[in-house]
Order: sequence, then structure tokens, then C-alpha cells
Amino acid sequence: MSTVIESAETDGASGSPKPRKTLPAVTIRFAGDSGDGMQLAGTQFTDTSALLGNDISTLPDFPAEIRAPAGTLAGVSGYQIHFSSNDIFTPGDEVDALVAMNPAALRTNLKSVKIGGIVIVNEDSFSAVDLKKAQYTANPLEDGTLGRYRLVKVPIDKLNAAATADTGLGAKDTDRCKNMFALGLVYWLYGRPLDATLGYINKKFAKKPQVASANTKALQAGYNFGITTELFQEHYEVPKAKLASGLYRKITGNEAVALGMVAAAHLSGKELIYCSYPITPASDILHELSARKNFGVMTFQAEDEIAAMGAAIGVAFGGSLAATGTSGPGLALKGEAIGLAVMTELPVVIVNVQRGGPSTGLPTKTEQADLLQAMFGRNGECPVPILAATSASDCFSALIEAFTIATKYMTPVLFLSDGYIANGAEPWLVPDVDELPKIVIHHPTAANDEGGFMPYKRNEDGARPWALPGTPGLEHRIGGLEKQDVTGNVSYDPANHEHMIHLRAQKVAEIKPAGSAYLWNGPQSGDVLLVGWGSTYGAIRAAVQQLTEEGVSVASCQIRYLNPLPEQLGEMMKRFKHVLAPEMNLGQLRMLLRAKFLIDVQGLNKVRGQPFTISEITRGVHALLRGNLNGHMVSVNDGPAPQIEAINDEG
Amino acid sequence: MSTATPSTNVLKAADFASDQDPRWCPGCGDYAILAQTKKVLAKIGADRSKTVFISGIGCSSRFPSYMNTYGFHSIHGRAPTLVTGLKLAQPELNVWMVTGDGDALSIGGNHLIHMIRRNVDVKILLFNNRIYGLTKGQYSPTSEHGKKTKSTPMGSPDMPVRPISIAIAAEASFAARAVDIDVKHLEYVLERAAKHKGSAFVEIYQNCNIFNDGAFEYATDKLTKSDTTLYLEHGKPLIFGKELDKGIRVHGMNPEIVRVKGTNDPQGPSLSSSPADDLLIHDEKAENPSLAFMLSRMRHPDFPEPLGVFRAVDQERYAQLVRNQSVDAVERLGKGDLQTLLRGSETWTV
Ligand code: SF4
Repeated sequence: MSTVIESAETDGASGSPKPRKTLPAVTIRFAGDSGDGMQLAGTQFTDTSALLGNDISTLPDFPAEIRAPAGTLAGVSGYQIHFSSNDIFTPGDEVDALVAMNPAALRTNLKSVKIGGIVIVNEDSFSAVDLKKAQYTANPLEDGTLGRYRLVKVPIDKLNAAATADTGLGAKDTDRCKNMFALGLVYWLYGRPLDATLGYINKKFAKKPQVASANTKALQAGYNFGITTELFQEHYEVPKAKLASGLYRKITGNEAVALGMVAAAHLSGKELIYCSYPITPASDILHELSARKNFGVMTFQAEDEIAAMGAAIGVAFGGSLAATGTSGPGLALKGEAIGLAVMTELPVVIVNVQRGGPSTGLPTKTEQADLLQAMFGRNGECPVPILAATSASDCFSALIEAFTIATKYMTPVLFLSDGYIANGAEPWLVPDVDELPKIVIHHPTAANDEGGFMPYKRNEDGARPWALPGTPGLEHRIGGLEKQDVTGNVSYDPANHEHMIHLRAQKVAEIKPAGSAYLWNGPQSGDVLLVGWGSTYGAIRAAVQQLTEEGVSVASCQIRYLNPLPEQLGEMMKRFKHVLAPEMNLGQLRMLLRAKFLIDVQGLNKVRGQPFTISEITRGVHALLRGNLNGHMVSVNDGPAPQIEAINDEG
Repeated sequence: MSTATPSTNVLKAADFASDQDPRWCPGCGDYAILAQTKKVLAKIGADRSKTVFISGIGCSSRFPSYMNTYGFHSIHGRAPTLVTGLKLAQPELNVWMVTGDGDALSIGGNHLIHMIRRNVDVKILLFNNRIYGLTKGQYSPTSEHGKKTKSTPMGSPDMPVRPISIAIAAEASFAARAVDIDVKHLEYVLERAAKHKGSAFVEIYQNCNIFNDGAFEYATDKLTKSDTTLYLEHGKPLIFGKELDKGIRVHGMNPEIVRVKGTNDPQGPSLSSSPADDLLIHDEKAENPSLAFMLSRMRHPDFPEPLGVFRAVDQERYAQLVRNQSVDAVERLGKGDLQTLLRGSETWTV
């Protein structure tokens, strides 16, 4: 399709209503400079769509630099929203409409737009200088680059300036309302009301009425431009989704983690102390919790990652709910102290919001490459239960489960999320607090043995008693040196050491999940089983749906409890001809599955700082069935080889 | 069932001993410190169940195992982090941290500074023996420049840190120094620390008779110690020497040794005569830590090394400050309702 709606340089004011077309689902993306307010435009569009009743899934994408030089490729910030009248599981493979505020945004985002898709550009920002910053040698608005798209050139700078001229603000301030102009236009394009955003503007700028007025005018001007311009011949609507009935809100993974922590405090009747050191992309959990001090939650911003973990152990020793949050590099620093929590058998929940690695890697991009670090990244035989949340909203219940496991079995628990679900938003059916499972905790007040209090005498779950300092008669000492079984005294006895290693391993191996160990979609046997973990759930599930419609015999199993792995998984995998593990790493789950179950699991691996698209997975399955998976690992592009482009689209 | 332990104020020093026998080398200075600590706990009427000893790694860090209180022998350098977490969870506990020069000032230097600047309510006993004992004799951050050890056969190229200077630079609300075998004075200092509210930092000169024997001989030898040390007393002039004939005066920004007026003992040529009221009067309560910092830089052999309490001021304690915020938040916003929080600000019904 090559429809090009060329700008007719018109301010056409026909006023006659344009036809409105109904679409089942749409994916749009706002892209601009870091300073252009694209994240705000994206979240506002998301909020409005959620309130309208669409199912939503979002993908914010921003550079690691807070303010890269304006107009450059490195400084491009984007926000993708998939909104639908059906259940959706991903932020969308291809973009139906792109808003590009400058040439750099156009250049880095155009490849995501479907052929024939709408490309709205701010034509006022395509001067020679702008083009040069984006490394364009010719103007893409004129050289046919956009021939396969529906190009809509809007003089956003000028229209925004005119709309906000009488607010009394200077040009610099009014210019900052451009994002609202663009948002208003897109609101019109997809038939969304302005109320939610108007409410937001008035609240946010309550003390700055001029700024509120400028933003309001820009938003309305954008909307009205849609009505009057002849650049658009039609507009669209995406009806409400048929979600399960109930009360919904929008939630991101980091918000859900923080809410899960507050809920865990409530459900256990304890205070929760969150000890953390700022790190992208986990810091929002710290911010969120530090604003919840009236909920029996305290936060401690430690001097470093190690201190955060050490303090969490101190908190657990003192009997409060202890948690720390970090991302990959921070987890590496915490390793030794996690070993101490394993040795002293104290409950601490460690949240790792994974990002691109190794080293500083890609701080603002997503990846799943810390699974093996979570499993093995400590000295000695050091087993830690691992849970992975499968979506933004799943973070809430998985976090409560993590505390349930930690306190029931007296062990640190690793909770894996990643940058994609941490920042991505989706609708969440608000749970009823009374229906959430209580976290039952027992602290002994009397000796547990004729010989006195034995800190390492275990219960039927293999857990030692959680006796708190301050309890008369139960004075005891713990620490990182090997413990004598039962008494907990320091012991260098070789047989005791081996015995204790087995006890610690067995305790973790026999943990019973506090929620679903895995999520299954599709038949119990067939040609292909897709096995995934964590945030790939949405893409894998959608791929199964699509492939099933195409007649492929396929099912999926998304593992939530990665340590211990579900025992029955081996049997379940054997009922399929092929097992394929899509992962945003080089095959870490695959390695574990092959080692544990001796099954020839194949890998579909993508490590680009971006989540899987649905089609990458469906193509992977087809390649597998055609027999042209390249070894155990394939590039996600089983068609043409990935193009190495001259531009650096990650900043 | 409640196991009533003996009423706390009848406990004797021996009641604070655990059933584990200390495993320090015979003759190690650690024994004296252990004994005085137990004595002080008995004296102040400490409740065993509300007392916690936390340590890192090193010879000194075995300490908690030998105390019949709650205890945590953690990992190298990280004891301050556990202390901070524990105090946040249970601010009313009586927490002691036992550490050494390597544990506190090398691997754990960062944590020590931050715990002290936050004024976490803890007594910090830093056993300074100027050597790594447990790993068998490498130089430590307090070893003298040029010190020959297993890892510095040609002498240490490092400049040593002064523990009390570090504590005071971090605005310690309490900083003191004592010597292991000067047990009466050690007991006095430990008791002062025990009663302090906030981070109470105590450097204890501790003899490692295996790897660094005699490191503090100048400060313990009967013949020399009155000239090489100086006992600080709040409100009293800084006087030292066998005949109490020498004093410290501040000249410009520096201390200097002067002869105390009226004493007739002939002094070395470096001493100038000075009226007694020129002498520096010790003020442990001074808000400005500059004088305490100056005292912390007085080093043998140029100066007598001060012993006793360098600084003792009242400051708000960390756990209280954190908890006050929670109280304030409840006052301002009301006790949080989880259901309302889960619902958030924008909802829609399907
Ligand atoms: S090595 Fe030194 S410090 Fe350690 S126990 Fe022996 S004498 Fe004491």
C-alpha cells in the first residue's frame, strides 16, 4: 500500500464531520527528543484509553542519558501504546501511527511503522540543521523515504505557538506545550475525550495558572486541528475491551512491586523496611514506597548496594519484613550478603529489575540475562528460591508470594522482573484486600528443646525458628560461619558441613509454590511447546494464539517458580515433539532445563534491549518446524539477516 | 509459656558469658576487652535479651560468640549495615558492634562512615592492633608507614589512617580511646559509651601478641606511658607527664607541648614555659568538632596520645528520625488504607 496523503498546505475549515472507522486494536508511538515530553504524552494517552475501557499494554523507551544533546539520535525518547477492544498481551509488534517530533525521532522509529501506517511529523523541525543532527543527508519528507507510509506533515511549532500566544508566557515556555498539541491531535484521530488530561493539567499546574492554560490551549488546538484539517479524511475508534468485570486501574510493574510490599506488610501484620540504593530501572520502587510511610512502611536509602542488602538482613534479624531492590549490577554486589542470608536463614526479598548487561550495559533497556546470576551468583552451595513475574500486574501477587515463601521457609527469595514490565503499563483488576491470602508468621517465645533454645532446630518445612532479639530466654548467636545442626554453634566438622549443605539445598528444593508455579496455554501435548519465564509471557501467549489459528499444534508454559523448577515440567515437555525456549538472553533457562530434565530444548534468543514481538516468536516456531533453526540458537530474524544500520538507535 | 530470666539488675559479669570458650591466642588483648565489656554490662544493669552484639570478620569479630546475649557474626566490613537495619526494626535494642582496624577501616570504611554520620544508636568497639591477625600478619590501614609485614617485606608504602579522625570527620556524636590492659580506664570509657545515645565510637589499642606484639608498648609501658599518653577529662586542662608537669596549648591551629607553670622539673629544649591557664581545657561537649579532631591527630612520638572521651554531644538518632517521619505521615495523611491505595487515583469499571 502506498497511500500518501500529502500536505495540501491547507487550513481547511469544512467543519463537516469526518467518517469514523472502528478498529479492533491500534498501536501508536510518540517519539521525540528527551525534552519533548513524549513520556508524558504516552502516559496520558494510556490513562485516557484505560479509562475508556480498552485493554492496554505499553512500552516506554528512553535513553540512558537524562538530556542527550537536543535533536540527536541519542536523545530520542519514545512511548508505545497498544490499545484494543480485545485481550492483548504485548505493546504491539508494529506501529499503526507514529508521531515524530523531529528528524531523529523519525529516523530511529520509522522501521517500527507498518507499511501504509500513519506518520505524523512536526514539519517545523525539519530544517537543515535538524536533518544534520539526525544524520540525514536529504530531507526524508521530500525524497520519497516515506513513500510507503501515510505521511501527515503538521507545522506543530507554529500551530502550538499561535494557540498559546495569548497566555502571557514566553516562547520557551509555550514551546514546551508541543507535546500537548500532538497529544490533542492523536486524541482526535482515535476518538478519545480530553477530560482526563485536562484534569491532569489543572491539578499538576494548579499553582501556575498560565502554564495550565497554555497546556490546555495546546491540547484543544491539537484536537481542533484534527477536526478542521484536510490532512485526515477519516478518524477511528477502538471500542471497549471485554475484560472480566470489576474495578480496574492502570499499573506498571514497579508500582505493582511497591504495592505488593505494602500489601505484604498488611497481610503479615508487620512493618516493612525497604533498603535500597538508587539504580535504574528499580528506583521507582524506592520512590513509591518512600511515599507510603503512613502504611507501616519505612525506606532506607543505603550508601551502596551491599549496605542495602546488609541492612535488609539486619531488618530481618530484628523481625520486620525485609526487602531490597536493585538491578543486575547491584545484584552482583549483593551476592556475598545474600550468602549470609542463606547461611543465617533469614527472610529477605530481593527484587532484581533486570536490564541490559554486562557491566553498566544498557541501563534503560530490558533483558533477562540475570537468571543464572540469580541461580548461581554466590560463593559456595548457596540455593535461593527464585520467582519471576510474568507481567506488570503479576508483580503484585508474585511479590506477596515471595514474602510468603521467605517467611515460611526462612530464606532469602529472589524476585525477578525486568525493565519491560517494570515500566510498561497494563490494566489491573483491583483485588479485594479481604480476599488476599494472609502471611502467617510465628515467632517463638519459649525454648524449643530440653537443652534450651536451638536456633537451627527445623520444623516440618525445614525452616528454623525466627526468634527475635528482645525475647527473654532465647538469646542466641548466628553468623556466616558454618553452623552445627540444631544448636547453631560454629562448627568446622566436615560431616556436619556436608549435612548442612544438604539441609539447605533440600529446604529450597522442597519449597511448595505459594501461587501458580507456571502458566499454561494450549493443549497438553502436540508438536511444539514454548517454554518461557518472566516478561516474555505476553508475546509467547499471543504467539500461541496466532499459531493455533494458523493450525500449528502448539502450547506454552510460562514458568513463575524458577527455583525450585516445577518437578512435573520434565514429563510435560516430553509430550511435545519440540520444546522451544524464547528468552531475552543467550539461553539461560534452556541451559537449566537441559541440565535438569535432559531434554533437547531449543533456543529462540533475542538480546537487543527490546521485548520480543509476537511475530518474532511465530517466525521462530515456523523455522523450528521447517527444520532450519540454526543449531540450538537462532537469530530472531530468520528471514533476512538483521540489518546493521549506520544509526545508533539506542543512544 | 514465658521463660522468666533473672531480673536484669542482679546479673554479674559472668552471666554475660556464653557456653563457648574464647578461641583467641593466649595473651591476646581481646580477653581484657571481653572481660571489661561484661563487667560494664553487669554494672549498667543490661538486659541480656535486649542486648545484641554484631561483628564483621577478624579476630575481634569472634566476640559475639562469647556473649550470652543476642549476637550476629556477619561478613567482612558489613556489620554497620546490619546494625542499621536492626536498629530500624527495633530501635530500643541495646546494640554493640565489635570490629577491627581492617574490618572497620579497610573493607568496611564506607559503611562505618555512613553509620556514624547518621548517628545510628550503637556502641562501636574498634579493636585497633595495627595488623591483620586472622589472615596471619599483613599490614592494616592503621599500620605505620614503613611497617614490615608479610605483605610488605620492604615496608608499607601506605600512610595510616587515624580511626578517631575518621569518626570525627563523620561527625561522630561520641568518640573515645582506651587501651586494652588499662582496665580501669577501659571500663570507664566503655561505661561512658554504653550510656551514650547515638553512635559511640571507641578505639581500643589492642595488643596482638602473635603478629604485632608491642605495637602500643609506648602507651602501656609503666616507664613511658605517662609521657606518651594523656588522659582527657572534661573541663580540665590537658596535662601529662610523670610529674604532671607538661601540658598542651593551642598555638595558631596547632597543639604544642608546654611546661606547666610552677613545675621545676627541667624540660627538654622544645618546651616553652607557659602559665597553666593558657593550657587547652578539654571540652568534650563542644558542638564544633575541630578541637576533638585536632586531638585525634596528636600522635606518638611527637605528642602524647589522648585517651578518654574526645567528644560526647547530643544528636538526634537515626532510627528515631526515620520513625518520626512515619508518625508524621500518619498524622498528616491518616493511617493508610490498603484498599484505597490499591485502587489508586484513576479507576474504571468493566
Ligand atoms: S592473632 Fe593476634 S589479634 Fe588475633 S587472636 Fe591472636 S593475638 Fe589476638
